[in-house]
Amino acid sequence: MDFISILSIFVLACFVGYYVVWSVTPALHTPLMSVTNAISSVIVVGALIAAAAAGSASSKWLGLLAVALASVNIFGGFAVTARMLAMYKKKERKDA
Amino acid sequence: MPDAALLRSLQGEASHAQPAWILIAYLIAGVCFILALRGLSSPESSRRGNRTGIIGMAIAVVTTLLTHLSQVAAKGACNPNFSCEQKPFLEDWSTLGLIFAAIAIGGGIGLITARKIQMTAMPQLVAAFHSLVGMAAVLVGAAAFLNPEAFGIAVRITPIYGPSIINILPVSRIEMGLGVAIGAITFSGSVIAFLKLNGNMSGKPILLPLRHVINLATLAAILGLIAYFTMDQSPWVFFTVMGLSFAIGFLLIIPIGGADMPVVISMLNSYSGWAAAAMGFTLHNSAMIITGALVGSSGAILSYIMCRAMNRSFISVIAGGFGTDGAAAGGGEVIDRAFKRGSAEDAAFLMKQADQVIIVPGYGMAVSQAQHALKEMGDKLKAEGVRVKYAIHPVAGRMPGHMNVLLAEANVPYDEVFELEDINSEFAQTDVAFVIGANDVTNPAAKTDKSSPIYGMPVLDVEKARTVLFVKRSMGGVGYAGVDNELFYRDNTMMLLADAKKMVEEIVKALG
Repeated sequence: MDFISILSIFVLACFVGYYVVWSVTPALHTPLMSVTNAISSVIVVGALIAAAAAGSASSKWLGLLAVALASVNIFGGFAVTARMLAMYKKKERKDA
Repeated sequence: MPDAALLRSLQGEASHAQPAWILIAYLIAGVCFILALRGLSSPESSRRGNRTGIIGMAIAVVTTLLTHLSQVAAKGACNPNFSCEQKPFLEDWSTLGLIFAAIAIGGGIGLITARKIQMTAMPQLVAAFHSLVGMAAVLVGAAAFLNPEAFGIAVRITPIYGPSIINILPVSRIEMGLGVAIGAITFSGSVIAFLKLNGNMSGKPILLPLRHVINLATLAAILGLIAYFTMDQSPWVFFTVMGLSFAIGFLLIIPIGGADMPVVISMLNSYSGWAAAAMGFTLHNSAMIITGALVGSSGAILSYIMCRAMNRSFISVIAGGFGTDGAAAGGGEVIDRAFKRGSAEDAAFLMKQADQVIIVPGYGMAVSQAQHALKEMGDKLKAEGVRVKYAIHPVAGRMPGHMNVLLAEANVPYDEVFELEDINSEFAQTDVAFVIGANDVTNPAAKTDKSSPIYGMPVLDVEKARTVLFVKRSMGGVGYAGVDNELFYRDNTMMLLADAKKMVEEIVKALG
């Protein structure tokens, strides 16, 4: 991919992000933060490349450390989001 | 001698050429992340959204492992540190083992934390997670700097005499520099935010002399060095950028007070996204770019919403210093004024008689963990035939949506919980407004007193209710804005001075 295609993806994704995030209900802003946290750990892709590559031992260990840190975020972020979302319940009409 | 620029561009493109299925896989991962955020438009679809996000992450990770490990198997044979053809596959398996060990250790810590964390500690947890994304970006940037060929961002030039030179592409140097800088700012900023939210560090702003000059100079130095980095790829340039960025993250957050944390935490959320996007540019990876853009705009929008809810400009929040030590600022004359003090029994009696009660929670509810007792109180009142609603100000608590999560935890149905603009007109027809642990967001001075530091901030019109019950620990303290709340001394206000949780429990007892 050349720089211009990448830039196009980036700019369009910013617009998608803008509209998608405005449609998020304010009650779910905390889960929004935790899930964006989890997905921004897609940086693990870069960490995996560094960890898998041969050629530089220090680069590899930095990569492995980054894989571990990003994994904390991926597993922790999605799990805590799921835990929060499970709590949002509607009123049971008969109770009220 | 071939034309260097031509060679660079040819090899630069070539090293990024990937089979179509890989590009499509990353694109699908990116789309999954968009759907994950889209799901949050309502609580019903949100759980499915979260699962879609997990699928997207799995696709991205598996694709990377499949493609890059196979490349190691082919290239590893010529590891320059070892002699060529040195059992590439064995190396490969051990690498895979290490990677899985790293994932298992990190994942284990993440899962345990996610399960054990208390909902009231959510802001700290999010800050801690942000710092990890920032650090991961820094580490990936450093790894890319040390081994640029593995990332396909370098050209190896072999002169006739002397050793070959590995030249990082100039565009990649900018992307890498920005990625590492933003990552480092995210890391150190989030660490400070974590310490402040977790109470390891005072929420008071720490104001250094000349801090604006220092900050601007540091930022200029970082940008200048990144520009210089395109001409000189020496390690000192790269690592100075990194070091200065760690410093500026620290300097940017220490002057910001506790009440501005919702903005800070959203802003750091945004930074972690831009860091991921910058790394995505370096790696030419669409999943990372899409995600980075999503997260970046998400954090930016949340910061905007938080600033608007406080009627403050983003610049003034970043400049810091707001809400200095509350007691000194406006505490002097507070004690002298007359106010009505009530007991739990009085409060129970008043609410039992009411047609409608609106509960206004704030950070104080989170601190004393009063949400479960509050829900019990609501249930008791509903059993008496009282309509109970909750009103939430956007900046109540320490992060966007903080109060909503706590109420959800206590099993308060989300259709009883209303946002400021949806419920504000109802206070006039409400018998009792029950303010628990909130202060500045109910201060009528924001509407009337032009000299007040919170003038113009949208507030909940609790004073329009027939009676205001105000749960507060003591009369001495003032809100984080450091201003006295005139509401305390009104005729229709009754102060319930106690720990929020204890008071609510006593009211529950009194309700019988």
